[in-house]
Amino acid sequence: MVSPTNEVLGYDSKVEGGLIVSRLDAVINWIRANSIWPMPMGLACCAIELMGSGASRFDISRFGAEVMRFPARQSDVMIVAGTVTYKMAVHLRRIYDQMAEPKWVIAMGACASTGGMYRSYATLQGVDRIVPVDVYISGCPPRPEAILDALVKMQDKVRQDRPLRKTLIGSMLPG
Amino acid sequence: MTSAAPTLAASLSAQFPTLAERPSLDWPAFNIPAAEVLTLLRHLRDAHGFDLLADLTAVDWAAGTSPRFTVVYHLFATERAEYVRVAADCASDVEPAMPTATEVWPGADWHERECFDLMGIQFPGHPDLRRILMWDGYPFHPLRKDFPLAGRETELPDDEVAAETGTKVIAAPMAGGPFVAHPDGTVSRSEPRALNQSWNEKKEKPAD
Repeated sequence: MVSPTNEVLGYDSKVEGGLIVSRLDAVINWIRANSIWPMPMGLACCAIELMGSGASRFDISRFGAEVMRFPARQSDVMIVAGTVTYKMAVHLRRIYDQMAEPKWVIAMGACASTGGMYRSYATLQGVDRIVPVDVYISGCPPRPEAILDALVKMQDKVRQDRPLRKTLIGSMLPG
Repeated sequence: MTSAAPTLAASLSAQFPTLAERPSLDWPAFNIPAAEVLTLLRHLRDAHGFDLLADLTAVDWAAGTSPRFTVVYHLFATERAEYVRVAADCASDVEPAMPTATEVWPGADWHERECFDLMGIQFPGHPDLRRILMWDGYPFHPLRKDFPLAGRETELPDDEVAAETGTKVIAAPMAGGPFVAHPDGTVSRSEPRALNQSWNEKKEKPAD
């Protein structure tokens, strides 16, 4: 419909009645990517940098991830920040299992990614041996900027997801 | 280090004929048979003012030596700021044991648990001798000399997690390590690195 006063065709809330047309996948991804609640699995000095990224100077809330949730069921991404011993690894896996879908994992720093300098009998040689990792951060410990960078990369990954495909409706869709 | 050392040695030797002086660079140190170690510790605490058990640890002199295991007590006199060390050899090299010091110092509890966990030394009379660092059921004593730094393969502490992930406790890939610091040179040279970097996880270690 062309307005008599405005020749440009575009979104007009008066005409469309407050409606926006989009894909459901895009809407869900938009919601998910901008409210990622981290589960801060702070196990060593990396956790201090994680706290730094949450504080005012670096302010992780600019990316919608300031709500650190210790209860596993309320959180979306587990940030494994620190050295994972074998004794802790089984508890880490249980906490991961308790997180509600959809869920992601960020391996923060050398220790969580590979075991780091702890090539020893007590240390898990990379947290990807027990949980699926989405983003790895290098550094010992990484700077808060690196954590924010990883978060942005994870948001990109979330945006590429097609959540509807994983539902019952999605399984009935063609293609 | 301290003028009290000769008098302490003389006084102890008079009371404990089996006591022997132990070579030491700083504070006085003594060897004592395991059977008398508690009597000596109690005497040092009550008569000589060594009221603090600063550390309780053990030495593994490697398989094949006898005695193989030595338990070492580090005592501190808080009023005089003096230390003394007491060392006692374990009688058995296969199943080492030492009477518990928890009745002299309750604080020896966790030290002895650590000693048991990492060295495999039993402390008969200990109120709660469980592993303190490694998990219950871990089959090795990792600070023994015959245990490799990288560790040995075994099962994860939790059967369910082990079944779900298919992961085991593995011997850590040393990749040319252990990582050691060079004693001299610039910082970029002296920082810890593997001695032999010709092999890694992907490339086999060359035969010697």
